[in-house]
Amino acid sequence: MNNMLTLTALQPLWAELFMAMMVMGFLIFGVFKGDQSTRLLTFLGILGLFFVSVLLMNAPLGKEPLLGGMLVQDVFGRNVKLILVVALAVSYMLSLKYLYDTGFVKFEFPILILLAGLGMFLMVSAHHLLSFYMALELQSLSLYILAAFHRNSAKSAEAGIKYFILGALSSGLILFGISLLYGFTGVLDYTQLGQIIAELEGIEKTGVVFGMMFLMAGLAFKISAVPFHMWTPDVYEGASLPVTAFFALAPKLAALALLLRLLVGPFEALVTDWQMVIMFLSVMSMVWAAFAGLVQKNLKRLMAYSSIGNMGYALLGVVMLTTEGVTATFFYLMLYLIMVAGVFAVMLCMQRDGVVFKQIEDLAGLSKNHPKLAYAMALLMFSMSGIPPLSGFFGKMIVFQEVVAQEMYVLALVGVLTSVVAAYYYLRIIKVMFFDAPDMPYSKGFGVFRNGVIIVSVLFAVFYVLRPDALLPFARTTATDLLTPPAIIQTHDIQLDN
Amino acid sequence: MASNAFLLEYLPIVIFLCIAGGMSCVMLLFSLLVSKRNPDPEKNAAYECGFDAFEDARSKFDVRFYLVAILFIIFDLEVAFLFPWAVTLGKIGMFGFWSMVIFLGILTVGFIYEWKKGALDWE
Repeated sequence: MNNMLTLTALQPLWAELFMAMMVMGFLIFGVFKGDQSTRLLTFLGILGLFFVSVLLMNAPLGKEPLLGGMLVQDVFGRNVKLILVVALAVSYMLSLKYLYDTGFVKFEFPILILLAGLGMFLMVSAHHLLSFYMALELQSLSLYILAAFHRNSAKSAEAGIKYFILGALSSGLILFGISLLYGFTGVLDYTQLGQIIAELEGIEKTGVVFGMMFLMAGLAFKISAVPFHMWTPDVYEGASLPVTAFFALAPKLAALALLLRLLVGPFEALVTDWQMVIMFLSVMSMVWAAFAGLVQKNLKRLMAYSSIGNMGYALLGVVMLTTEGVTATFFYLMLYLIMVAGVFAVMLCMQRDGVVFKQIEDLAGLSKNHPKLAYAMALLMFSMSGIPPLSGFFGKMIVFQEVVAQEMYVLALVGVLTSVVAAYYYLRIIKVMFFDAPDMPYSKGFGVFRNGVIIVSVLFAVFYVLRPDALLPFARTTATDLLTPPAIIQTHDIQLDN
Repeated sequence: MASNAFLLEYLPIVIFLCIAGGMSCVMLLFSLLVSKRNPDPEKNAAYECGFDAFEDARSKFDVRFYLVAILFIIFDLEVAFLFPWAVTLGKIGMFGFWSMVIFLGILTVGFIYEWKKGALDWE
């Protein structure tokens, strides 16, 4: 064990190392400077995330596992991490003003977001069931604390406890799955696992399939796919608004990337076994979210069901695991994340003297009091429901196109019908904003960041039609790299081509 | 039957589980069936050193006990990692040495945080 582990040898992981250093530096800085340093730490966090993205761009990429097979830094992982960096930065931008407005300034907040981000980075890179579990727990523990962050509020504490207990349950399922896999194969490394599973027969194969099912059930908790979604609405409702925004933006993408890496790597030989499961999760998520969303009164719960449903659409692309399918998944998720950022930025503006309003009826008369906000929200809602000239339409179109190309007409039909049902609750928000009797106006001064996020998100939704293939090459590079077997391409240094 | 031979290796565990489950069932069942039971209120009362029970045993306690216990466990585990490291230090060389130093450094960051945060103060 005398291999020289120099800093240069670790260059693929500089981004992760830098993030870890940042977390520890911030922790020391914050604890000496007190809660007043929250604003500074948030700005430093955004700056640091910029450096992280630069490090990621320059990281030597390859399918060669690093650190004794624990992690891998390939194009797929790098691209997912770039999306995550943006999501983390947006979460910072959305949280800062809220923390100061509601008087709940704690310097731990930006640190916890960064720590969760580090966990997500490692999840995306995991190439070994142990590093996979460690990364997942690092991310989950940070998220539990974030959910309960507003500790004076009973709802927030309830959200934290609920998330923690169900998260612990899903971790238990994952660990049981891992132990079954290890028991039947004797290895934990993805590559070796794939090789051994491909040759298994009979009862041993059944055992491995059992292990895989437990693993997938645990991960379905993390991506909140129906029927493992029950924590999502409660946690979204209980957690404070910027935390909910963060939950909606980042963790599911990381968990999905983790799931994809497992499905194409170790479980490639078991396609027929997991395909039905993914199909079931996808269909159930779409149907359940569409109908449960109809009766919601709380905007945050509505967004929770919306995110469950959208995960269903994203999973549609995973079912066949073709390059085009995974491309569609990532393309869809990117467009969705940009819209969600805008929606949460609008929701964060709905406050009066430090009190946040989160019921749908609180939107009443927004068109009279804050016309710009109302039009922005209306455009985003049209986009979310998939009305043609807006960006949300293109995401849905690409996904359905791929499903039809694979001749899974029933799935496509379910998808289209549920998106029609879901359109009702998006359009209801517009109706409330424009046709219901107005209430008192909200506090003025939404802040530069919030306005910026809303403007970027709305402009993106409106003008995406001019360049409808803008994000496709990026999604395609990601998907192609994921599905490239490591045996063919050993190492390759690819400059970011989009 | 390669797969059966593979499973056969786990046979002792199955036997062990059967014995463990069987034994505990037998113990519970026999004490349920054979023992004499003649309860009265005095016998059912909680036992507090011969006195009458003062209050409900489930009382509130300061959350700081929990905090201190958690903090203790972290550093207790650290020592549990240090022992095997110290024993094998000759074999794992500089790599092993610096790995542990980095680990201790991370723990120190956490320690500074908890100290400054006042988690160790008890007024």
